[in-house]
Amino acid sequence: MLLLQCPWCGDRSEEEFACGGEGDIVRPLVPEELDDRAWGDYVFMRRNEKGIHFERWRHAHGCGRWFNVARSTVTHEILASYQVGDDRPELPE
Amino acid sequence: MSRARHEPLAHLALAAAGETTGPDAGVTLQAAPYQPAVILRGESGNAAFLEAFRAGMGFDLPLAANHVNSHAGATALWLGPSEWLVQSTTGQAEHGRLAAALTGHRHAIIDHGDGQQIIRVSGPRARDVLSKLCPLDLEGPDLAPGRCARSILARCSILLHPLPGGGYHIHVGRSFADYVWRLLADAGLEFGVAIGGAG
Repeated sequence: MLLLQCPWCGDRSEEEFACGGEGDIVRPLVPEELDDRAWGDYVFMRRNEKGIHFERWRHAHGCGRWFNVARSTVTHEILASYQVGDDRPELPE
Repeated sequence: MSRARHEPLAHLALAAAGETTGPDAGVTLQAAPYQPAVILRGESGNAAFLEAFRAGMGFDLPLAANHVNSHAGATALWLGPSEWLVQSTTGQAEHGRLAAALTGHRHAIIDHGDGQQIIRVSGPRARDVLSKLCPLDLEGPDLAPGRCARSILARCSILLHPLPGGGYHIHVGRSFADYVWRLLADAGLEFGVAIGGAG
């Protein structure tokens, strides 16, 4: 069970959250100008990182807000959490 | 045309039952009767909006996460950075007063009174009962009176509101009320459960 830090509510149990997958994926501004391969990359292709993964979480049963989390997919350690729109934080080596 | 209000837990006939499982019950469950409530959405960074609320309602909206402010028959519970539950404690609907106060400021008021059931859990073992079902740290300062928290109880979203006089109010969606009530009654069995009157 993970202990996630909601930027508003503080440390809460993983049970209260919903994971939204990889974060920082920007929707193409003009989708109709993309070819199928580029659109397919946007919709389906994910990094599947072994190591530090930046992902979106929603405090679904709490304040309802989306935020970003840096998590190690090897150790499950939560390295940082930050609000949507904020820059990625500096992470310890 | 008005229709009679149907309480979410009416089918349990709690008033008629009114029984206790033991003289020294560890936990008391009460189904609170309908109370007018609205969900207020607005911009917490907008000073004019906050001032309009204060001028109309006589108290400040809580801006700190999971805090509760109340004054003269109304209570505002923090639900999110731009979201509050404004609950009447007198039975008088606050909708009109709130809407008048906030005219001209960007906001939304959603009637929520019939959307929820409030269950009061009190008694010396109330915290033990909730601890079985809820992942929150109930002993920490984050859940002292004057605070609130949305969380889950078993598989249900709830709003937990510790009361100044001891015990908790659990706000739950009305269609989950039966499930949550039965869960609490079951979780309290080992401590003895008393069914209280309207709380």
